[in-house]
Amino acid sequence: MSADAKLIPSATQTAGPFFHFGLLRPEWADLTHGGKAQGEKISLEGRVTDGDGAPLPDAIVEIWQANAAGKYEHPDDPQDKPVDKNFRGFGRAFTDKDGIFRFTTVKPGPVPGRGNALQAPHIAVSLAARGLLHHLFTRVYFAGEALNKSDPVLSSIEDPALQKTLIAEPKGNANGSAVWRFDIVLQGNGETVFFDF
Amino acid sequence: MAEIKEYNRERPGGQPANDWPAYASTVKRHPTRKPVALKQTLTEITGPTFADGWTGPEMLDLTKQHKGEPIGERMILAGRVLDEDGKPVPNTLVEIWQANSAGRYIHPNDTHPAPLDPNFTGRGHVVSNDKGEYRFLSLIPGAYPWRNTYNAWRSKHVHFSVFGPAFATRIITQMYFPGDPLLEFDPIYNSVPDEAARRRLIAAYDPNLSEAEWALGYRWDIVLRGRHATPAGI
Repeated sequence: MSADAKLIPSATQTAGPFFHFGLLRPEWADLTHGGKAQGEKISLEGRVTDGDGAPLPDAIVEIWQANAAGKYEHPDDPQDKPVDKNFRGFGRAFTDKDGIFRFTTVKPGPVPGRGNALQAPHIAVSLAARGLLHHLFTRVYFAGEALNKSDPVLSSIEDPALQKTLIAEPKGNANGSAVWRFDIVLQGNGETVFFDF
Repeated sequence: MAEIKEYNRERPGGQPANDWPAYASTVKRHPTRKPVALKQTLTEITGPTFADGWTGPEMLDLTKQHKGEPIGERMILAGRVLDEDGKPVPNTLVEIWQANSAGRYIHPNDTHPAPLDPNFTGRGHVVSNDKGEYRFLSLIPGAYPWRNTYNAWRSKHVHFSVFGPAFATRIITQMYFPGDPLLEFDPIYNSVPDEAARRRLIAAYDPNLSEAEWALGYRWDIVLRGRHATPAGI
């Protein structure tokens, strides 16, 4: 932290089980502005499960990603790349009774990493739920991307079994869009890699 | 290539750990591996922006969302979104939700036998102004029982969701009320190790914010992570 930081940051607390009416934004699960965003439309879906393999019916999944050109809709992205007025890059979905979340979005383009490395296409995820005092951060990568091998974050995870927890798998097509499956395991067998930054 | 200005990491003791068995729902839900430390990239230092109003009309007055007036103690709830250096965080989305004055949420899973109030939903949201300020009119929520342990009661609280300037700064938290005797027994509140950080979650009664013959004033600032002074290469 900077030497002159004066104030103590607010701590997180659980979202509890009763957030649905407070954070309800069903339209935020479609990041494509009704299909108008540029790029390859995809469906990103998965199941969130606990240490017993039981689904979480009360989780909030939020995603943040670059547009198809690899540009973030944000003043701190210095890249000379086009923004897409139909793509903001942020989404929110709640898990349903079976622990399933679902987004309609576009495949993100690659963005720069630290140093000269290009990051493979990825989507940042924040997960909050009853029973989580602090939200969890993870990332979705896409199976088969050439850049996955050289991605600095992905390649820092040496154990292939752990790396696999960050990679969405293709699951065919639905409504003309490729479906990518990304399950999130909070605990135990197959536990997802979470990040701290 | 351009440079990035990283956000400060969280301070030791300033945030709750997810492995906290006193709150029973954490037992099967907390990850067992330590999170992997990730150097912030463009992905983490950017996040959704709200200046252009895309989140729709504000919901500032939680006492006027229905035909009649809800029952309870009127509360003006106001404060600022700041960073660690005390700088305002403007144009960021602040969402709140809460129980009614009887301690009941308008949620199908809340089966606590306290009355619902047909005139109270308990939801609000606003985008902070250029000084980082937000302000709601609501009711003081009631305490309510929960099944964490026998005869357990949650402290009175308002849930807050705040984004800040980056994906790294996003938090979901709860605001508590000063002098609430339940705080001492509340494992969610007490999950924050550092006492000063815990106290930051408690609003202050502010007589200057109260309005005569009308509503009690509670002031609560939200402090998000600040930024390193020195930029790192992208």
